[in-house]
Amino acid sequence: MSRPLVLWLAAAAVLLGACGATPAASTADPGTPRPGGTLRFAVSSDQGCADPQQVGSNDTIFSLRQVVDSLTDQDPATGELRPWLATSWEANADASAYTFTLREGVTFSDGTPLDAAAVKANFDAVPDLGPRASLPKGYLAGYTGTTVESPTRFTVTFDEPNVQFLQGTSTHSLGILSPATVGKSDDERCASVIGSGPFLIESYTRDDSIVLAKRAGYAWGSSLWQSPGEAQLDRVEFRIVPESGVRVGSLQSGEVDAIGNIAQQDEAVLAAAGVQLIARANPGIPFGISFNQATPIGGDAAVREAVSLAIDRAEVVATVYSSQTTPATSALASTTPGYADQSALLRFDPVEAGSVLDAAGWLPGPDGIRARNGTPLTVVLTWYSNSPANRATVELIQQQVRRVGIDLQLREKPISESTPTQQSGDFVANWGNLTRADPDILRSQYSTAGNNYNRLAPGPLDALLAEQAAQPDPADRAATVAQAQQLLVRGYHTIPVVELTTVLGVAADVHGVLFDASSRIQLHDAWKVQP
Amino acid sequence: MNGVTARYLARRLLAAVGVLWAAFTVSFVVLYLLPGDPVATMASGGLDGEPLPPEQLDALRARYGLDQPVLVQYGQRLLAALTGDFGTSIQNGQDVRGAILDALPPTLQISVAGLLVAVLFGGTVALVATYTRAPWLRQLLMALPSLAVSLPVFWVGLMLVQVFAFGFHLLPSVGANGAAALVLPAVTLGLPTGALVAQVLAKSLSQALGEPYVTTARAKGVGRAGIHLRHALRNAALPALTVLGYVVGNLLAGSVVVETVFTRPGLGRLTVAAVGVQDIPVVQGIVVFAAAVFVLVNLAVDLIYPLLDPRIGAIS
Repeated sequence: MSRPLVLWLAAAAVLLGACGATPAASTADPGTPRPGGTLRFAVSSDQGCADPQQVGSNDTIFSLRQVVDSLTDQDPATGELRPWLATSWEANADASAYTFTLREGVTFSDGTPLDAAAVKANFDAVPDLGPRASLPKGYLAGYTGTTVESPTRFTVTFDEPNVQFLQGTSTHSLGILSPATVGKSDDERCASVIGSGPFLIESYTRDDSIVLAKRAGYAWGSSLWQSPGEAQLDRVEFRIVPESGVRVGSLQSGEVDAIGNIAQQDEAVLAAAGVQLIARANPGIPFGISFNQATPIGGDAAVREAVSLAIDRAEVVATVYSSQTTPATSALASTTPGYADQSALLRFDPVEAGSVLDAAGWLPGPDGIRARNGTPLTVVLTWYSNSPANRATVELIQQQVRRVGIDLQLREKPISESTPTQQSGDFVANWGNLTRADPDILRSQYSTAGNNYNRLAPGPLDALLAEQAAQPDPADRAATVAQAQQLLVRGYHTIPVVELTTVLGVAADVHGVLFDASSRIQLHDAWKVQP
Repeated sequence: MNGVTARYLARRLLAAVGVLWAAFTVSFVVLYLLPGDPVATMASGGLDGEPLPPEQLDALRARYGLDQPVLVQYGQRLLAALTGDFGTSIQNGQDVRGAILDALPPTLQISVAGLLVAVLFGGTVALVATYTRAPWLRQLLMALPSLAVSLPVFWVGLMLVQVFAFGFHLLPSVGANGAAALVLPAVTLGLPTGALVAQVLAKSLSQALGEPYVTTARAKGVGRAGIHLRHALRNAALPALTVLGYVVGNLLAGSVVVETVFTRPGLGRLTVAAVGVQDIPVVQGIVVFAAAVFVLVNLAVDLIYPLLDPRIGAIS
């Protein structure tokens, strides 16, 4: 949407707000949760599939997360894994086998028991799922099988250390589905699934709505939830409303209780209407620039350092992003377990950027662009239009680095080109991020033993990344991961810029909408003040 | 039916088949030439999935037949399409024909309602503009269609939602439940189409009013309104009918925006979703379907025309 239109809409909305019913801001104590009611939640898109194991977009995960239970739950405050379906678990010494003990008495909403055989059926089916299931396939990389020892005890084995699997068990992607669902083809599962979660799918209409109903008799759940047992809300209606102006207006006028995908320009209007704006940074790799180090420019450490010093992250955040967004301070986002602050290495210092380039022989040319031996300092940055803020961000960065004499050229590609581009190495610099609540994402991104899309030279980083992948002790692992982050940032192998932040607007009379460790929502504890 | 009409019909049918084949082929070529492919798009996992290893992507491409040579893919799809089978959606495994048939009724609803609004709005504007004696009203009304055509459809939709749904709570903002939910989309869709109708009708009305038969009627003492409605309108309606094919196209294209703004299911939403992930079978199904609608409407107009104006039938 163009800026004048947005202003127009905002003005119209403010004017009309006077005649509409504006919910009053609630500063009073919300009181104790009361069961009942329907929560209406507007999201912008539908991925076209109602199977939590086959979706990756937040808009769809928000609803489907409520339908399945997971083996574990991840504490958003500490990153620690806590019991959910599994009461306990242990890893073998090199993190290539995991034994879980399940709680008893859990059933799917079709009545079948959730036992070790059901979990095995789920994991065994993942490798045969289609391209929609890239997330669970990643968590189960190297999966060799599941051995059922008793109805409540089983062991999952891999052909190599797989420490990120454990965190994967806490996500929607490895949420456990009924054997009846698992037996269907991946396409059939997209129509609807049966889980054991606090809500079940009442109806799913493509591109229109996903309606959830409370699972009666739900008596288990995550140890992180406030109140055990059944969910508070009777129903949750997720409506697909693609147009952002309509979503904002619907929340303002009370037609819906919550909306996702809130942009900076919507905040003031919503705050004025008494809406709560709740936000959490997405864990994983923050939005930033990585380089193809096999190219002359991408392989030039001085250029990478100068780009990092020339970017004013505070200005990027203030100009483009919602007010709860913060600049990136490490190779991992601050909400990722094992995150270690590297902000001292990520300062904004254009003068220093100039000296670094001077020292490397990149000298200012007559047109303001630096050059070395007649070659202008041109960096081509490939970016994708998958996130609405990307264009404004890369254009602002282009202006910022131009001030120190770097000619940043922007090359936009469709998101489908992301993997082929990185695979073929047909790029110099790449703008991107990855959401993952486990630091092992660093290994899949930067280890030279993996895809190595950045064409890094083998070095001490590889050893650290391999070491953390086989460290079951969280403290040991965090120490290794901290070293890896420092190497990545100090070597300017990645230039983190901004932490993608999920911002939700929630009506004043709705409470208990909580972010999980992956910055998606958990609605078991959510409740609505009844009129 | 005489031999001339039969030959005419046969020629038109042959042309229709040609158009359908061209629509099928062009859509295939365009989708094929686009960078990336549906498997890579889906495997990118929404916004931030971790990329799948290349060998897994290749296996998945094989599953959808995307590893075959392009001519083989084209031939297989064309043969299947001849039997009415457009395959299954790569995005969600749904049968393409079923998906289009499911999406058709809601789109028909807003198209018919939009057409109604268009004819009422366009007809009224054209009639009043050519009937009135006040030059300021005439100029105002003649300027309206140009304004309505140049307003972006989604902006009109958003404004209507802001005022009538969020402001006055008169009508629902989104959804497809009941007649009330049909009003705003129909108006949004009908305004630009109605403007087109108004422009064509006003022009041919002005022309008709200058014809000798109008002078004759006037000399016989027929009143202004009688001339306008009984004589001029009947003759002016013919040129307006010829743009019907174009109007139907307008309505179909407008449904993409209107269904998105008002969150209604239908062909428009189906198109947006399919194009976004390069779901070749679905996009091709929709393109061929839309082409078929075009061809049929134009064929119908051509066949009705001689009935309305016997002179045309006599010539052909």
